[in-house]
Amino acid sequence: MTTLDAPRASTAQFDTNELVLNMGPQHPSTHGVLRVVLKLDGERVIDADCVIGYIHRGVEKLCENRDWTHIVLLTDRMDYVAAATNNLGYVEAVEKLMQVEVPRRARYIRTILAELQRIASHCLWLGTHAMDIGAMTVLLYAFREREFILDLFEEYCGARLTYNSMRVGGLPLDIPPGWDKKVLSFCDLMEGKLDEYETLLTNNRIWVQRTRNVGVISGEEAIGLGLCGPPLRGSGVSRDLRKDEPNAAYEEFDFNVPLGTQGDTYDRYLIRMDEFRESIRIIRQAVEGLPEGPVMGKVPRLLKPPAGETYHAIESPKGELGYFLVSDGRSTNPYRFRVRPPSFCNLQGLKRLVAGHLVADVVALIGTIDIVLGEVDR
Amino acid sequence: MVDTVVVPLLKIAVLLNAVLVAVTFLVLMERKVIAWAQSRLGPMRVGPYGILQALADPIKLILKEDITPVKADKFLFTLAPIMSLVPALVVFSVVPFGPDSLYYISDINVGLLFIISVTSIGVYGIILGGWASNSKYPLLASLRASAQLISYEIAVTMTLVSVILTAGTLSLIGIVEAQQESGLWFGFIQPVAFVLVFIGGMAETNRLPFDMPEAETELTGGFHTEYSGMRFSLFFLAEYANIIVISAVVVIIFFGGWLRPFPNVAALSFLDIIPAWTWFIGKIFFFLYIFIWIRATLPRYRYDQLMALGWKVLIPIAIGNLVLTGVAKVVL
Repeated sequence: MTTLDAPRASTAQFDTNELVLNMGPQHPSTHGVLRVVLKLDGERVIDADCVIGYIHRGVEKLCENRDWTHIVLLTDRMDYVAAATNNLGYVEAVEKLMQVEVPRRARYIRTILAELQRIASHCLWLGTHAMDIGAMTVLLYAFREREFILDLFEEYCGARLTYNSMRVGGLPLDIPPGWDKKVLSFCDLMEGKLDEYETLLTNNRIWVQRTRNVGVISGEEAIGLGLCGPPLRGSGVSRDLRKDEPNAAYEEFDFNVPLGTQGDTYDRYLIRMDEFRESIRIIRQAVEGLPEGPVMGKVPRLLKPPAGETYHAIESPKGELGYFLVSDGRSTNPYRFRVRPPSFCNLQGLKRLVAGHLVADVVALIGTIDIVLGEVDR
Repeated sequence: MVDTVVVPLLKIAVLLNAVLVAVTFLVLMERKVIAWAQSRLGPMRVGPYGILQALADPIKLILKEDITPVKADKFLFTLAPIMSLVPALVVFSVVPFGPDSLYYISDINVGLLFIISVTSIGVYGIILGGWASNSKYPLLASLRASAQLISYEIAVTMTLVSVILTAGTLSLIGIVEAQQESGLWFGFIQPVAFVLVFIGGMAETNRLPFDMPEAETELTGGFHTEYSGMRFSLFFLAEYANIIVISAVVVIIFFGGWLRPFPNVAALSFLDIIPAWTWFIGKIFFFLYIFIWIRATLPRYRYDQLMALGWKVLIPIAIGNLVLTGVAKVVL
């Protein structure tokens, strides 16, 4: 018996502890300053912990000491690659609190801006996601098209990243003459370019091997983890706030909500590629049916919403972006300002997604969640 | 004395310098070609069309501070880049640039075996470099490098055996001459072998889609994470010298070395005006371009997928190809 036990005892002498690897906060693929503490067995991930807060700026607390109007500017700084969507969520939440009627033209233009922003945000996601998996050319292609959107935004509001493009009750500016034509020609251009991206990735065997069956999550589990946006829809759960709780002018447009079937990284890639096309469809309908009229509703110069609280959520490119606002009815700033950021909630899923995968998959999974650390930390 | 010492030494000096200069320009070529693939301009600032970038890059690397991590194994840390570069340069000693003895340093009768053995040593540089850095990312990279080495090396060597069967010799000059006799480049007789060797070559040089030991977006540079300055540039030189080696080997074995297209068709004899070494270098550049083109296009494999590819796909195909070649050799 002792001879049989001997080899077992000697293997126990080897140090087989797991390796703790710090991925980030300075790492090319953590998309900012995310730190993931990985516990590895060889290259297999046993456990992963996300450490966040490296760019926490206290936006929510800051907003409690700002005018209702000034807060729009701060919302830009949360998801800085989708600033217009953040503006939209906030101004609509205040409008809900104040019961303000927004002119139809303003709602249409807001929809166009939000969808352009969705394309820009998805371009950034596509480029960095592909780059993480090693396809470097897609990054440059996607950024090339994103540049056109930034040009459109620059022409509309003068800024290229943090737009401050909306006001409570409407929009600060009407669209410049000829802008709608440029948006339409961009839509035509973008459709061709999407096919170009897909030739590089969709049927690429290496891409499919790297993403199929990686980070599989079922619909129930995704709901349980509080995932939202493409990671939730990739698991086949039909939840798109543009359809379910329409804001801006979404109820007037015809579009589909792409759904995945297997809930893996490839499905999440496919539905985002479809979302590009659906966004283009919405933009076309909105530009062609753009009504005439004012772009600013009747709101007082100094906003003072009645006492009360509200929660308003919209579908940002990354998922459900919610604003919870409390007004005390007396001061000109919110009593409480709280954001439900989609990146933060989706990042909860990372720990579950990476378990059992390899280090190489971790970067693919961070990419597929599509996080922006400015929004996670706020 | 002159023939045995001076001439070979001169040839070695010329070849070494030529290879090192070629490597710096290959880096420029890579940056330019990838830039064009990505609708960019690439380096444009240093010299006309950025040509002098090839000189600026080495100067920058030499002038940079050479850092040795405190906890690194100093001896191995210094040895690793040298071990990586030297085999890559040694291989050129058997590469024939032309038919005349002026164009090669030595013609040994086991040339192909020599190349296989020496290029395999190069990977020890990567393994040791990752180990000696005493850092986690490089350690993972060297684990990957050793796994990768085993997966592709067997397939490539098996494939080369079938080429040796076809040519009937291990000498590189003999292989080219065999292609002249058969009138057909071996790439057309052994297309499967060519594809296998080319894929294996990509894995050997750690190029995309097999750049797992480097994987800048996963392992932040992998084995050379802790390296800087001159020692980093030795790794860098080794990688690019290896790409040239693999291209040269593929050209010699499968695409007729210094031979012009259709070496036995007399109607094309006017092509002989172009010197033999020009054909050879031109063909090498063609394959270098393909290496760069692939890098610009494909995503990266995961290392377990590379091993699966090596063991489950490449090795069975290589064995099948070897058996088929043997049967054909006996029957025909």
